[in-house]
Amino acid sequence: MAVLAYTENWNGEFKKLSLELVSYAYAIAEKIGTQVVCLTVGNVTDEKLLELSKFGASKVIVANGEGLQSFTNQSYTKLIAEVATGQNAQVVVFANNASGESLAPRVSVRLRAGLAPNVVEVPSSVEPFVVRKKAFSGKAFVDFKINSAIKVLTLTQNAFKIIENPKDCSIEKHNFDASPADLAVAPKQLIKSDGKMSISDAEILISAGRGLKGPENWGMVEEMAQILGAGTCCSRPVADLGWRPHHEHVGQTGKVVAPNLYIAIGISGAIQHLAGVNGSKVLVAINKDTEAPFFESADYGIVGDAFDIVPRLNAAFKKFKITQ
Amino acid sequence: MFNVIFLTYNYMKILICIGHVPDTTSKIKFIENDTVFNKTDIQYIVGPHEEFALTRLLDLRDAGNNLKITTVTVGNRESENTIRKALAMGADDAIRVDAEPTDAFFVANQIAEVFKKGDFDLILTGKESIDYNGGQVAGMVAELLDLPSINSASFFNLQGDKMLIERESDLGKEVIEGVKPMVISSGKGFAIEPRIPNMRGIMMARKKDLQVVQPSNNEVYTDAQKYYLPQPKGKCKLIPTENAEDLVRLLHEEAKII
Repeated sequence: MAVLAYTENWNGEFKKLSLELVSYAYAIAEKIGTQVVCLTVGNVTDEKLLELSKFGASKVIVANGEGLQSFTNQSYTKLIAEVATGQNAQVVVFANNASGESLAPRVSVRLRAGLAPNVVEVPSSVEPFVVRKKAFSGKAFVDFKINSAIKVLTLTQNAFKIIENPKDCSIEKHNFDASPADLAVAPKQLIKSDGKMSISDAEILISAGRGLKGPENWGMVEEMAQILGAGTCCSRPVADLGWRPHHEHVGQTGKVVAPNLYIAIGISGAIQHLAGVNGSKVLVAINKDTEAPFFESADYGIVGDAFDIVPRLNAAFKKFKITQ
Repeated sequence: MFNVIFLTYNYMKILICIGHVPDTTSKIKFIENDTVFNKTDIQYIVGPHEEFALTRLLDLRDAGNNLKITTVTVGNRESENTIRKALAMGADDAIRVDAEPTDAFFVANQIAEVFKKGDFDLILTGKESIDYNGGQVAGMVAELLDLPSINSASFFNLQGDKMLIERESDLGKEVIEGVKPMVISSGKGFAIEPRIPNMRGIMMARKKDLQVVQPSNNEVYTDAQKYYLPQPKGKCKLIPTENAEDLVRLLHEEAKII
């Protein structure tokens, strides 16, 4: 028996979402009276692997083998299902990032397990298994009952706190060779991103909308992001107008984000945009229109012209950072 | 009598999943003790991700690629308006599996069955249906059929017989060459402006074939028990314009977020 967490690593490093996932897996394991096993793929030092034990992992399995260097859904699905079966896992958890979203549905079918994507809490009960997840692209939540023997979950990022629970932990090597058929759609090439902070990883996001009047005015937004170590994103019209790249579009049909702090500048707060950001811990709206719907959903609001407010805030944030 | 001979060589046969979902501007409400989604006053649309996916296919067909585009929808009779919209955009024909699409595994099973009967080269879905299913169907269909799959593709192109796909991963942009058959779910960037049906398309859509089939496998693993709306935020604290700088202090001392 075990709760299996697929803890992805990035060039041998774990990110915040991996640690959230282990903490979450541990909370479930405690509830059903079992332990957490983590699975990761590739070259990771023992020291890094043991980092996972601080958050509740009793065993870390590190898989290597032919074909695992390139990510394909088919090969990784088979690996994860094989390990889940070998460990007699009752629950398999993924982060809801790009790979977790791709793998969880496949793994669930392979294990004949019910899937709850985008869960936001520890299961309220394990017998029967009921867990709360997002529905209607973040506009609602639902208590979801899974009836199968094995359960597969993906955890919404930033929904569960990292909690330390140090455990004695063993490391196990697992060899897995992917079959050529399972590598049919392996990437031929990877065009590395520009090193800017990815929107899904950012703990603070500075977002701007049409209120900025044109792409040439984004300097002050970028400046605020730089001061706060934040990522930048935008509303849909701004991406559609070509002012900002499409991967920055946040909202119901773009990226759904849940940072600790989301500062919206010149965004009115259409329902589709709010659906993509309402998981954020603190929402700040800056808008010159007192009636902007964003003020109904924000924690803090400043009514005013972005071109006046943002430079003043940048100066104040800078001053604050120096005193820290 | 006339003998009509269809020449079907060189056609790429595509099965595209079309979701019948609440308009993105909809306020979501529930009834019957928060166990059932309230459909009253809800406008239904072609799922926005699927609309982009279909648009891209139509653009590729306009560019000279021989495509036969069949839509598949798991939905009750009400979903036929949405299906006709997809046909009006330019899909060739449609299949409706007559059932409520509440469980992703159930929906995936229906689509897999339709695929098996149709000799398709590609299954295309939107990244996620924006109502119940949250991005599960593509992967499930692929695993049921043991086909390769690519999730959230940001670009799709055809060059002769080749399918070129791009996908944004955490490390950058992956460039992938597709194989037939496979499953692709389309993400942001697949197409920019959804195609709007023209009058001719709307007229023609009425005559296009919309086949209704019965669901085949009723296995279901999950059960939505009770819905909740997000807790309304406490009142927004408005900071007077002249004291805008006070935000910094509030974020630090009160919200403890910086």
